[in-house]
Amino acid sequence: MDRMPAWADAVLVPLFSLVLAAILSALVIIGIGEDPVAAFKLMVDGALMRSSGWGYTLYYATNFIFTGLAVAVAFHARMFNIGGEGQAMIGGLGVALVCLYLPWPHWTLALLGSAAGAALFGALWALIPAYLQAKRGSHIVITTIMFNFIAAALLNYILVNLLRPPGAMDPASANFPEATHLPTFRDMFSTADTILFRGAPANVTFFIAVLACVLVWLLMWRTRLGYEIRAFGHSESAAKYAGIAPVRITVVAMLISGALAGLMALNTTQGESERLILNATEGAGFIGIAVALMGRSHPVGVFLAAILFGFLYQGGAELALWTNIPRELIVVIQALVILFTGALDNMVRMPLERLFLAFRRKEG
Amino acid sequence: MDLLTILQVLDSTVRLATPLLLACLAGLFSERAGIIDIGLEGKMLGSAFFAAAIASLSGSVWLGLLAGIGASLVLSAIHGLASITYRGNQLISGLAITMLAQGMTVLIAQDWFKQGGRTPSLEGGARFEPITLPFAEALQGVPVLGPIYHDLISGHTILVYVAFIMVPVTWWVLFRTRFGLRLRAVGENPAAVDTAGVSVVGLRFAAVMICGVLCGLAGAYLATGLQAGFVKEMTAGRGYIALAALIFAKWRPWYALYACLLFGLLQAVALRYQNIDLGAFVLPVQFMDALPYILTVVILAGFVGKAIPPRAGGEPYVKER
Repeated sequence: MDRMPAWADAVLVPLFSLVLAAILSALVIIGIGEDPVAAFKLMVDGALMRSSGWGYTLYYATNFIFTGLAVAVAFHARMFNIGGEGQAMIGGLGVALVCLYLPWPHWTLALLGSAAGAALFGALWALIPAYLQAKRGSHIVITTIMFNFIAAALLNYILVNLLRPPGAMDPASANFPEATHLPTFRDMFSTADTILFRGAPANVTFFIAVLACVLVWLLMWRTRLGYEIRAFGHSESAAKYAGIAPVRITVVAMLISGALAGLMALNTTQGESERLILNATEGAGFIGIAVALMGRSHPVGVFLAAILFGFLYQGGAELALWTNIPRELIVVIQALVILFTGALDNMVRMPLERLFLAFRRKEG
Repeated sequence: MDLLTILQVLDSTVRLATPLLLACLAGLFSERAGIIDIGLEGKMLGSAFFAAAIASLSGSVWLGLLAGIGASLVLSAIHGLASITYRGNQLISGLAITMLAQGMTVLIAQDWFKQGGRTPSLEGGARFEPITLPFAEALQGVPVLGPIYHDLISGHTILVYVAFIMVPVTWWVLFRTRFGLRLRAVGENPAAVDTAGVSVVGLRFAAVMICGVLCGLAGAYLATGLQAGFVKEMTAGRGYIALAALIFAKWRPWYALYACLLFGLLQAVALRYQNIDLGAFVLPVQFMDALPYILTVVILAGFVGKAIPPRAGGEPYVKER
């Protein structure tokens, strides 16, 4: 046996990648003449030491859980869904239509309806790339990239020409009716004398995201469909031999992936802005890739990685507010994490593996 | 529509097609060698920033050009390291490189110039000036051909001419030289190239580096030729349009030229007319923006001729032992 144990592969490799990314980010901060230790302290203070900081961290994390799960499900079927961004945009359109044009008596019902709308629209946006991949062999990465741009243009058109209320200047829909507004963490956890999560956008959608983690775990590891998706991802020919239809699995996996990405819009569109705006996704579809890679495509890993990126996002906003470090630092960290956990995986794994083998030889 | 308007639109087409063409040819070299590159966008962006920054600091556009190519080559080297040396996932690497460029350019721009992620406007020697071709002024009076020569063919910056010359050069290198033959072979069947005693790793690195130089030219043109200075996210998806053009052209140099001119024309028309009134209905500007991507999906779907990529594209080469 010349491989390292599974736990090391699942825990140590992402951890080492993260350390490498952190070291390089610290060098970048030194390079622009700031103090990385002070910067890190500021990030922790701003994101984790106050309840409102947590409110933002968990708000961002909610987005990243959904997009991370979306990428992870596609990864299990050995597909790279780079189109989470577009699917989330169109999911937002689904949320907006449900909230604006259906009369809702209470937010709980509205949430069910808009969740269905978000998932349906997100899944539909993934359907064409999925079908083309399954039936015509068009590379899903390229088609989903193209669909991101098409989604942006479509949303722009719909907001400017159709959903914008008369007389309004900015490309956004009308405000959603009061009954569809979701309770925020402040509404849920504050008591009469202590107000928690003041001004923070985290809302009830976070719990839906946690539920989605559990459901994805059940789906992937406790159902026949999940088994088929994973088998297909491991070996297409073996799966075919076992009677698993490749077209069906490709399409179904992508539909689930698109639906999960679409659900992100619940948090941003219904939970936070309470109307459909042009750039609600803010690149969360791409962060989902980092989250899925870092979390090794497992719901628990995705959850933890999403919290980490939520922290980075909120911490980065604090940095931009108080220091000379722009928000783009987070994009750099995110790029480094994707680079080390995704593309330079072997660079991290090979030395670790050698280390483990050396230890084992000494014991033996 | 009179001749002057047509010429203006075509002139703008040429300008807008130039960065697409350079990036498209860059991708062509890389993908023909079996290295898929969705990081064209990032390399262009990195090059655009360093070209504008160095040109602004030194006052020389040529130093800027060199810096731009250098930045693009560094990103190419990362892509090579990840996808060739460490046999990682080329798509993820390309995506990471684009993000890295998106973040780093703003960070460095803010640190150097403190103007919210942009460089100062470039003037004089810090920009590429239009070149007037010989006899352009003298021949301007000749009907039809005169204005075409004067307004359309003459009066571009040097990088525009470089981009168009690169089309036959690329064709010649890929299809008429030994290096080109090997490069295409390594994208189709690397094992065969290896058996023949030629280094797969060396060839692929060469292709990735050529890709870096061409992306460098594309980015430098954006910041110092097409526009005067760098602004945040200035590539605005051009790297992906170039990728679309590459698929549209089915990985062939001359078709790449036509595809880039077509996409350039779409951009030029969208820029000039916004919404186009066709009488029966209005073509919204957003449709024009999305058209390159829609066309690419249609081509990829194989309904209008099948686009077949190089066979070994995206797969790391592992030598059998």
